[in-house]
Amino acid sequence: MTEVTLDTTSEQPDFGNYVSLLKPRVMSLVVFTAAVGLIVAPGSINLVLGFASILFIALGAGASGSLNMWWDADIDRIMKRTQSRPVPSGKVTANSAMLVGLWMSVLSVGMLGLASNWFAASLLAFTIFFYAVIYSMWLKRTTPQNIVIGGAAGAFPPMVGWVAATGSISIEAIGMFMLIFMWTPPHFWALALFMNEDYTKAGVPMLTVTHGKRSTRKHILIYTIFLTPFCIGLAFTSIGGPLYFILSILLSIMFLMGAIKLFRRAESAAVADKYFEERKVFRFSLFYLFLLFSALLIEAGLRTLNFNLAAWPQVF
Amino acid sequence: MTDEKIHSIRKKNNLMLGLVLIAFVVLVFSITIAKLMGGSTLEAYDHVRRPQLEETK
Repeated sequence: MTEVTLDTTSEQPDFGNYVSLLKPRVMSLVVFTAAVGLIVAPGSINLVLGFASILFIALGAGASGSLNMWWDADIDRIMKRTQSRPVPSGKVTANSAMLVGLWMSVLSVGMLGLASNWFAASLLAFTIFFYAVIYSMWLKRTTPQNIVIGGAAGAFPPMVGWVAATGSISIEAIGMFMLIFMWTPPHFWALALFMNEDYTKAGVPMLTVTHGKRSTRKHILIYTIFLTPFCIGLAFTSIGGPLYFILSILLSIMFLMGAIKLFRRAESAAVADKYFEERKVFRFSLFYLFLLFSALLIEAGLRTLNFNLAAWPQVF
Repeated sequence: MTDEKIHSIRKKNNLMLGLVLIAFVVLVFSITIAKLMGGSTLEAYDHVRRPQLEETK
């Protein structure tokens, strides 16, 4: 008989540590946007299959989060914002994070394929590959355009949800993708303005580190301007409507005003009030995306109840 | 970390993993049923005659 002894020297990870490997907060945003993509799509999907699809899209996002924690353990250890993550804090080994990430990827892609269709599953596989390999392994440490291109990874979930429901990509799915894709840079650069020290210490070439904060403020404004037509344009697709249109105008004006304020602000003023306005714009940007997707959901609900404006123009 | 503490953490981990696996089995079963039904009911001929399944002329 073999005797089993416990290794009492290392820490024993608990279940919660493994859950936090999947970045539950990012997952909640993915669940929401993927669910909206799936629900606003035309046609009806079986409740069980819809639920399973959203669950496996979220699990796929979690898998890429775990792979990111494995690869970025060295810089996560340096940055204050990420020091308490399970790998840098020593609760889970980097190797376990990699294994969890790989197996969860296989499971989520395979199960999404079985629950919905293989086109949606391949899109999910591509999303995981994009986030873990293209963004984490390649772009993040090499170019200040890291989050601009990497933002695509976060923009895929509503499209995957849409494809899970319909089996194909359409202008509406591309519209939702573009909305998140264009939203990501101003959102993250607002964060980078007040988290700059972390990125400098870790040597991550964020725009604030390579080109300075003045240039970053200018970039936030430019990207917010470019975001606006995508935001409002979605109102004139089959998933938009008057409610979404009004909200998109209001939110766009507010986001643009915030961006202009940040652009005009001198660095000394920002330091003086501890980046109050930058934090405000960052928080607002989350609120902005959440409200827009909620409006799409409400429009879908109104359409189901036949409360739609027959004269509403569908340009796209 | 004491043996006792490690045992209690592992027990909890195993329990949680067990629950996750049970939930997964239930989900796969539900997906199977949903896929098989394909929008209609799951009924077929058995050894007994099923008048409700016979085509009406």
